[in-house]
Amino acid sequence: MTTTALTARNDAARPVGSDTVLDVDGLCVEYAGAGEPVRACTDVTFALRRGEILGIVGESGSGKSTLITALTRLQRPPAVTTAGRVLFHPQDGEEPVDLVRLTPRKLRALRWTSLSIVLQSAMDALNPVMRLGAQFVDALREHDRSMSHTAAWEEARRLLGLVGISADRARSYPHELSGGMRQRATIALALACRPELVVMDEPTTAVDVVMQRQILAQVLRLRREFGFAVVFVTHDLSLLLELADRIAVMYAGRIVELASATDVYRTPMHPYTRGLRDSFPPLHAPVTRLEGIPGSPPDLRALPSGCPFADRCPAVMERCRTELPLLEPHGGRSVACHLHDEGIRP
Amino acid sequence: MTATTGATGPAAAATGAVETSARHDRNRDRKRSGRRKGAFLARRLGFYLVAGWSAITLNFVIPRLMPGDPSAAIIDQLERVSGQALPPATLVSIQGLFGNPDDSLFEQYIAYLGQLARFDLGLSIVNFPVPVAELVAAGLPWTLLLVGTTTVLSFILGTALGVAAGWRAGSRFDAILTPLTTFLSSVPYFWVALLALWLFGFLWGWFPLSGGYDPNLVIAFEPAFIGSVLQYGILPAATIVFSAFGGWMLGMRNMTVTTVREDYVLLAQAKGLSPARVRWRYAARNAMLPQFTGFAMALGGVVGGALLTEIVFSYPGIGYLLFSALQKRDYPVMQGVFLLVTLTVLLANLIADSVYVWLDPRVREEK
Repeated sequence: MTTTALTARNDAARPVGSDTVLDVDGLCVEYAGAGEPVRACTDVTFALRRGEILGIVGESGSGKSTLITALTRLQRPPAVTTAGRVLFHPQDGEEPVDLVRLTPRKLRALRWTSLSIVLQSAMDALNPVMRLGAQFVDALREHDRSMSHTAAWEEARRLLGLVGISADRARSYPHELSGGMRQRATIALALACRPELVVMDEPTTAVDVVMQRQILAQVLRLRREFGFAVVFVTHDLSLLLELADRIAVMYAGRIVELASATDVYRTPMHPYTRGLRDSFPPLHAPVTRLEGIPGSPPDLRALPSGCPFADRCPAVMERCRTELPLLEPHGGRSVACHLHDEGIRP
Repeated sequence: MTATTGATGPAAAATGAVETSARHDRNRDRKRSGRRKGAFLARRLGFYLVAGWSAITLNFVIPRLMPGDPSAAIIDQLERVSGQALPPATLVSIQGLFGNPDDSLFEQYIAYLGQLARFDLGLSIVNFPVPVAELVAAGLPWTLLLVGTTTVLSFILGTALGVAAGWRAGSRFDAILTPLTTFLSSVPYFWVALLALWLFGFLWGWFPLSGGYDPNLVIAFEPAFIGSVLQYGILPAATIVFSAFGGWMLGMRNMTVTTVREDYVLLAQAKGLSPARVRWRYAARNAMLPQFTGFAMALGGVVGGALLTEIVFSYPGIGYLLFSALQKRDYPVMQGVFLLVTLTVLLANLIADSVYVWLDPRVREEK
């Protein structure tokens, strides 16, 4: 485990102030179908500090991908943001803007210069018929009209250099690069316009573990260098433990625990978080039998009235069946579980 | 290798070295990719040369496989039509094309190739003694003008509408236009053409009923004649575009629907590019690739003429020429038109292949 990972700041789960770059409040996303709309994200609230890496972890269908397309306003019908706001605080102290309600024109100006994204599959994320460099150049020149064509190509080569891709590769087409190169190129691309926030959707799922480590190391190095904040979405908690400052655990469309990476690793409060942590073999400890989480995630179309995790929970109580636990602060972290309600456990 | 950049700091030396070698690499890469493209095209060209040679040779072999002596039959027919003995040069030309039993096959083949090289396609039986090449040359401009223009127009119209419909699949525009076009493009063409001719030509008299230009005018490059060509051309052209754009539109719409869901289109939006750029440079550009192959094939087919159009509107193009030749068994004309069509389709395919290499870098890879 790298040292960077464990230097996570262990303070309030929801800081507010000039230090904040993104403030998500009560975000709800629904998929409007033929019948009853399906709620994929419910009441998601968190804040992101400048330069912080927030990991979002969850199983397939937990709403994490829905969440990031809603954050970046890249969602496509039938997904609709039905409630909440996503306040983005620009660096230069200007008024914060609500990304959910921003006009398309203003949003477009904000894209890539303030808010960029790295998609899951780099093979599909790059236009197969455009040279790699040209895909940097169009973004660069879109947001800086004064930049010359030559200067933009030079900048594209420099950016590729940042992630260890030799400059001559700028003239290659995506299919001429290896999978790892393509993924690193999309990370370099995300940094092209010096954004304050980069959203990464499982950027390491398509590469092998060696490349995965390299990419994570590069993300950490580039973050130190440029100071952008990261929302990093993955289903791999062990990866986040090394990378993220704080981790939000999602289950059935809600954040069930939000704490520093150290706390999530050492003292998970939610039984689901504990289950996730215990599902990974420790690297530096003797191999023991792994504990999984029995059962499967609930159907979002028919959520139980109580805690959605109740059916799989090893510590389920009578109350959990009827009453939905909400995300409550607990000494610098937050958890949504009746086990930690006042009066039950001091 | 020395550092050539002005960068400073610990990484500078390494970066400099990388960049110098990078420049070499870049040049080498460019050369290599150029050579690869060249090799690819040379291989394709070789294939088309062989295919073209086969077409020409088949054109030579088929008449000679016919029972009896086709050239003797044709000469008989010609002499009957013209009521006189054919001049010796004509006899040689016909025997060159359809076989002379006195020569060996090899001698005949050489003579045939020689005639083709001089564009000698023989004489028409029906319009004796007009050379076939002349008939073809007279019909070709009309066909190229009518069918060429309408093919390009319907491709552009259909593709643009297809992008618009596919970009927002399920929008009102898509929901109305797509089923309507499906319906319209399944209406048989000859029916559309006859209906248009009856309505606009016969009933309302907006357009002339048949022909390519006003027969009272002299064929010349002057305003009156050009005006008459347009007047005569609009109705047949409109029926072709009406029937053909739907196919292009549906193809493009369906490709666009799938392309719009691609991650690279999403990323282009995330980059904050203008909607027009995302739509054309990212979505349509990629969705167009399969469409383009069809377009190249259609262009190859242009020379064959729009048979039904030219018949319905008695338009003086290659299609009409072929139709009358078929009716009157004018074999030399049929032979000439078939050869021309085969070679043009091959040429169009060659061009399509070459342009595709340029459009889609992925096919340049060596298999």
